[in-house]
Amino acid sequence: MADIVVKTEDVVKEYRMGSNVLRALDGINIEIERGEYISLMGPSGSGKSTLFNMIGALDTPTEGQVYIDGQNMSQLSQRQIAAFRCHRVGYIFQSYNLLHVRSAHGNVTLPMIFAGIPEKRRNEKAEELLDMVGLGDRMYHLPDELSGGQRQRVAIARALANDPSIVLADEPTANLDTVIGREIIDLIKSLNEEQGVTIISATHDLKMLDVSDRIVDIRDGLVERIRNREDIEIEVGEVGGH
Amino acid sequence: MQQRTPIEEQIDLPFMESLRISFQSLKIRFGRSIITTAGITLGIAFLVSVWTNNEIGLALQESGRQSTINTFEETTEKGISTKDIWLIVMSLIVCVVGIANSMLMAVTERFREIGTMKCLGALDGFVVRLFLLESGFQGFSGALIGALIGTLGAVLLGLKDYGLDLFFYFPLLPAQPEDGTMRLGVLVVILLGCCLGMILAVIGSSFPAWRAAKLPPAEAMRTEV
Ligand SMILES: Nc1ncnc2c1ncn2[C@@H]1O[C@H](COP(=O)(O)OP(=O)(O)O)[C@@H](O)[C@H]1O
Ligand SMILES: [Mg+2]
Repeated sequence: MADIVVKTEDVVKEYRMGSNVLRALDGINIEIERGEYISLMGPSGSGKSTLFNMIGALDTPTEGQVYIDGQNMSQLSQRQIAAFRCHRVGYIFQSYNLLHVRSAHGNVTLPMIFAGIPEKRRNEKAEELLDMVGLGDRMYHLPDELSGGQRQRVAIARALANDPSIVLADEPTANLDTVIGREIIDLIKSLNEEQGVTIISATHDLKMLDVSDRIVDIRDGLVERIRNREDIEIEVGEVGGH
Repeated sequence: MQQRTPIEEQIDLPFMESLRISFQSLKIRFGRSIITTAGITLGIAFLVSVWTNNEIGLALQESGRQSTINTFEETTEKGISTKDIWLIVMSLIVCVVGIANSMLMAVTERFREIGTMKCLGALDGFVVRLFLLESGFQGFSGALIGALIGTLGAVLLGLKDYGLDLFFYFPLLPAQPEDGTMRLGVLVVILLGCCLGMILAVIGSSFPAWRAAKLPPAEAMRTEV
C-alpha cells in the first residue's frame, strides 16, 4: 500500500471581497506519496499558492478536508497546528520571508527555539545547516546583506531546522535568475534524494520539470491533469529535440 | 490511510527566551524603535506640560500672585477655568491618538513578520507577549522621558510668568486648598503621565498584534506596507 503523506478531499477555497466571491480552489483531490517530489504547475492566478497554503496549514479551506500523515487538519487544536508547522513542515517562499532583524543564523535557530531545543544544540544545528547550503562564511550576516540566492539558501536551511518530513516551496525560484534558480532547484532536489524529504513545490518554472516525480497541472482552481515521470521525460526529450 | 504518530502540542517558550527575542528585535530595529518611542514621548510631553502648567497656575493663583504678564482673559474666576479644562482634554486626545497611531503603524509594518513566525511554529500567545514586552519597554522609557520634558517645559513657562516666586509655591505634592478642590501636584501628574503612556503604548501595540496573530499566517503574510 502506498504511503500517502498528503491527501486533499474536495478542497474548495473561496475568497470573499465585498459581495464578490472568488473561487480560488474548486474541489481539489490529490494524494501525495512519502518521498515524492511533486510540482504544482499552472499559470499565475490558477490557485497554486492557495493550495500550498491549505496543505501547509497556513489557511483553512472553505470546504473539504486536508489530511497530513492521516491526520485531519481541521480537527487539530491551535497548539497542535503550531507544533505541526514547527516540526512537520518546512516552508520556502518566493519572497524568502526571512526575519530581517535576525541574522542568517538567527533565522535558522528560530524554529528550534519554538521547538524548545537547547541553545547549544540549536546553534550547532544552525551552523551545520548553513554549511550544508553553502553559507558557512555568511552565518552572521543579516538578510539585507545577502543576495537573493543566498537568502533563499537561508530559507532552505531554516525550513530544515526541525527535520520536517515535508518541505513546501512556493515558487522558490521566481525571484532568481536562471543560473541561481537552477542551483536552488538542485539543492531542493538533493534534500529529496538524500534525505527522503517529500517536496511539494508550486512553480511555473520549466526547470522544475525534470526533477519532479509528478507534476500536477492546476488551472482555474482545478486539477487539469497529473503527469508522471515517464511522460515528463518524453516531453522534455521533445522540447530538447526541437 | 494509516494513522501515524499523532501531532503533539506546541510548547510555551520560557519567559527569558521571549525577553531575549524582544530586546534583540528592539536593538536591531533601533532607528525605527526610537521613532516609535519618540511618538510616545511627544504625546506625554505635551499632556504633562499642559497639565503641570495648569497646576502651577492654580497654585500661584491661590498664593495671591498674579502672572507678571498680562493675559487676554480676566483671571477673576477662581480655580480651574473652562479654557484650561479644554486645553487638558485636547492634549489628552492628541496624546491618545498620537500614541495609538504610532504603535499601530509599528505593528502593521510587522504583519509579515508575525505571519512568518507563525509558520515557524509561534503560538498566538508568543506573538502577543513579544509585542507586550517590546511596547512595555518603549512605553515606559518614552513616557518617562516625555513626562520629564513636559515638566521642564512647564517650569520654564512658569519661570517666565511668575519669576522665582514659582519655586516658593511650587505644587510638587498633592494639596487640598480651602475651596475643597483637589490639586494633584506635579509629582502625581508625572506619575499619571508615565502610567498613561505605558498603558497606551501597550494596548496600542498588543491589540493589533493580537488581531494579526489570530489571522491565518497566509493572510498575515499577504499584507504589504
Ligand atoms: N487573500 C486573497 N483574497 C482574495 N483573493 C485572493 C487571495 N489570495 C488569492 N486570491 C485570488 O485567488 C486566485 C488564485 O490565487 P493564487 O493561489 O495566489 O494563484 P497562483 O499562486 O497560482 O498565482 C487569484 O485569482 C487570486 O487573485
Ligand atoms: Mg502564487
